[in-house]
Amino acid sequence: MSIEVRNLSKHFGAFTALANVSLKVGTGRLTALLGPSGSGKTTLLRIIAGLEFPDTGDDREAGRVLFHGEDVSDVPAGQRGVGFVFQHYALFKHMSVFDNIAFGLTVRPRKSRPSRAEIAERVHELLRLVQLENLGQRLPDQLSGGQRQRVALARALAMQPKVLLLDEPFGALDAQVRKEMRSWLRSLHEKLHVTTVFVTHDQEEALELADEVVVMNNARIEQVGGPQEVYDRPVSPFVIEFLGNVNRLAAGSGKLHSPGSDVLYVRPHDVDIQRGAAGAHALRARVLHVFSAGSYGSVTLERIDTGEHFEAEIARDRLRDLDLKQGDDVNVVFRHVRLFPRGQFTEADVRDGRLSEAPPPGTPPAHGAGEHI
Amino acid sequence: MPFRPRRSVLPGFGLSLGFTLAYLGLVILLPLAAVFVKTSGMSWPDFWAAVSSPRVIASYQLTFGASFLAALFNVPCGVMLAWVLVRYEFPGRKLVDALVDLPFALPTAVAGIAFTAIYAKNGWFGQWLEPQGIKVAYTALGVWLVLTFIGLPFVVRTVQPILEELEPELEEAAATLGATRGQTFRRVILPALRPAIITGFALAFARAIGEYGSVVFIAGNRPMHTEITPLLIITKLEQYDYKGATALASVLLVGSFGLLFFIQLSQRRARRAHA
Amino acid sequence: MAGTVSTLAHVARHRQRRSLGDPRWVRVALIGAALLFVALFLVVPLAAVFVEALRKGLGPYFAAFADKDAQAAIRLTFLAAGVAVPLNLVFGVAAAWAVAKFEFRGKALLVSLIELPFAVSPVISGLVYVLLFGAQGWFGPYLGAGDHPWLGAWLNARDIQILFAVPGIVLATVFVTFPFVARELIPLMQAQGKEEELAALTLGASGWQTFWRVTVPNIKWGLFYGVVLCNARAMGEFGAVSVVSGHIRGQTNTIPLHVEILYNEYNIQAAFAVASLLTLLALVTLVLKNIVEWRHRRAIEAAAAADLRQYAQ
Repeated sequence: MSIEVRNLSKHFGAFTALANVSLKVGTGRLTALLGPSGSGKTTLLRIIAGLEFPDTGDDREAGRVLFHGEDVSDVPAGQRGVGFVFQHYALFKHMSVFDNIAFGLTVRPRKSRPSRAEIAERVHELLRLVQLENLGQRLPDQLSGGQRQRVALARALAMQPKVLLLDEPFGALDAQVRKEMRSWLRSLHEKLHVTTVFVTHDQEEALELADEVVVMNNARIEQVGGPQEVYDRPVSPFVIEFLGNVNRLAAGSGKLHSPGSDVLYVRPHDVDIQRGAAGAHALRARVLHVFSAGSYGSVTLERIDTGEHFEAEIARDRLRDLDLKQGDDVNVVFRHVRLFPRGQFTEADVRDGRLSEAPPPGTPPAHGAGEHI
Repeated sequence: MPFRPRRSVLPGFGLSLGFTLAYLGLVILLPLAAVFVKTSGMSWPDFWAAVSSPRVIASYQLTFGASFLAALFNVPCGVMLAWVLVRYEFPGRKLVDALVDLPFALPTAVAGIAFTAIYAKNGWFGQWLEPQGIKVAYTALGVWLVLTFIGLPFVVRTVQPILEELEPELEEAAATLGATRGQTFRRVILPALRPAIITGFALAFARAIGEYGSVVFIAGNRPMHTEITPLLIITKLEQYDYKGATALASVLLVGSFGLLFFIQLSQRRARRAHA
Repeated sequence: MAGTVSTLAHVARHRQRRSLGDPRWVRVALIGAALLFVALFLVVPLAAVFVEALRKGLGPYFAAFADKDAQAAIRLTFLAAGVAVPLNLVFGVAAAWAVAKFEFRGKALLVSLIELPFAVSPVISGLVYVLLFGAQGWFGPYLGAGDHPWLGAWLNARDIQILFAVPGIVLATVFVTFPFVARELIPLMQAQGKEEELAALTLGASGWQTFWRVTVPNIKWGLFYGVVLCNARAMGEFGAVSVVSGHIRGQTNTIPLHVEILYNEYNIQAAFAVASLLTLLALVTLVLKNIVEWRHRRAIEAAAAADLRQYAQ
């Protein structure tokens, strides 16, 4: 089942949660809504579920939710065929795990309600699926966080939803359990192939888990694309800053002068350090701190021309060869940077110490020639 | 040894606890002990005679029966009032919310004469009800009415905070699972409120058992018919039958302490279930 | 910090949902039924008090207070409350300090015992003093007999009568208003914890300085409300006082007892006039309660707004 939303807007008092948002989610895909707190991602998810209703404007076509091309905007939440997993699970405390999972089946009208035996069979099947076979008679308060999460998931799956929606599914778990649940959810999705949308503010979680990532900021969608795409080809400063570590340097001053550009972004793993004397065009930096653990070491540097601090990630072997000491002056080479010239965004690769512009399709090239570094 | 603190840097433990225990003992425990000491001084046949004469039994029936029914009536009304105050917006909501505490604040004697005036033969409501054959003042119905008034805040005030803190997600979860509003209320909301409802009911019940001021005015106080146990205690005192009065008092005390104990027990169980 | 915006959205959602949850007819029916219940049980009796009090106009209304016995009753009521409230205030603060700031065995039992008087019928609260100080009592005032002849003799020698006199009324009032301040303060001080007091101590404050300059400002509104409640009950108590009072006009009648006497003498208008005084006291108590709660809520909202400002920066 595909999901489409058209021109959704939503205000809570003076607070804008969604500003004219449109989105399509393909059948059977695992999609992440990624963004910081207050970006509108949970509101979007709740509108898809029918727990929230978009503002109704003058335009009758605005604010529509379609499942497989069919308009479900006025269908109540219980009849949309969505399974919703709440951030804090919202398990019914007074009911056993079994009764929680069976709830959706037992509230059906008598005509379409499965028999007691059928319900029991279905619940046991789900308990097996979420690996809680022996815990059916427990109360929610007697379960660990990860177990509660799986009960909530089983409860949502019991009604065989065509769409599965999860609000911050791992937000309430500690780091170790979170990792396990992530790969478990991925394998569950491979098995069931239900169209799934989940909300998260953790970029690592979104990139690792999702087929498609929807990056949201300030009530709008910034970018939609595969994990690789949004990481490698971010379309805005927000996306590049939100996804992974990045150095942000002034491009309008000192050695990095690029006409028309204000800001330069470079990922720490795209920074290389070279020993040698200062050249006329080389960017010089001073080593402030060297930290080495794992296969990569991290070096904190200070630009000599502007005094800005930035990070470099250097392979361990190379770091040993360089033999950096605090206070050493070194040359710095950027392999791949993104420039942000006054309201427009471009990117550039660096070859042989020269910036060569490689703007994404449809983006006007940056002004002027590449800069020597 | 009880009452010994774990090591603490804050001062004043000995002083505050010492004063608390001394004052509690002197003002509350010593006088209450007198009731039981006095009762234990009675012979068993004397005690039994004092607490089981027909007139006394009739007073128990009225006191416990009317108190129970009043507390019971306050359950649906209290839940409804709490629901309306928490969930709906309507003009005068804050005023109604404030008024709910009136039975706590209004002296019982005032409530008694006010209800009597309203439901007496020539009162605002009495003049309409009596011709229909419904007598309220000077009957058990009147006793039930004022005991309902006295117990009104308890269910509302125990249910209200629970309803306020009930996660909206629970109801949303039920909705996404296809439950109707009625099913959601019956199967999700009501079970969550149950401990608070039981506590509120028991508090209202306990309060009503001991109530005196409001009842004496409206009851008519006819022996065997509209005489409550607390009034009977006073009657016996006035006849200098201290032993009889004390025996009755010990029955009432055991009743209300039993309820209090039950409340504590159910609250502790509810807390443990949510720990 | 990061959670504030989503919290605000949550609050906004909650508020909006409030009116959306149920169909209109359900809302209207429930609100209607609730208002009817409140009207029948609360508003009508309240109105009845004032209507009956003013039945004969303002002149007789005020005449009810000009009566010598009425004024004596008012004086006695103020005296009883004036003794009971400060005593129970000191007790409430001490009990709350011990219970909220320290861990000790038997604490749950102590809290239950403090609430005990709520479960005791007012009639029994009076009865206990009859048993202690009555003619056949332990400390019987004139007989000097019983188990403690020394106390009876001591009281007797100084001509101090407890029962059917002012001291008995004061004692009964203390008994019935015993838990009010403590019950307000204990949960409040437990919620506040003891970090601020510990901080004050590490900064060199003495125990009393800590109490007066850190604890008291934190609990002042709860304290205030506890005192207001305690006072309302002290002035309005009927059953307990009725048992220990000699019902001697002008000497051992409090306001509620005076109301009863007037009512039983079929002086209905005067009874309601005096009762309206107590009703006004109850209404003032409710208003003060709401002011205290409103202040408390505003403090919480101010804290949330401060968080939001921090988030915006």
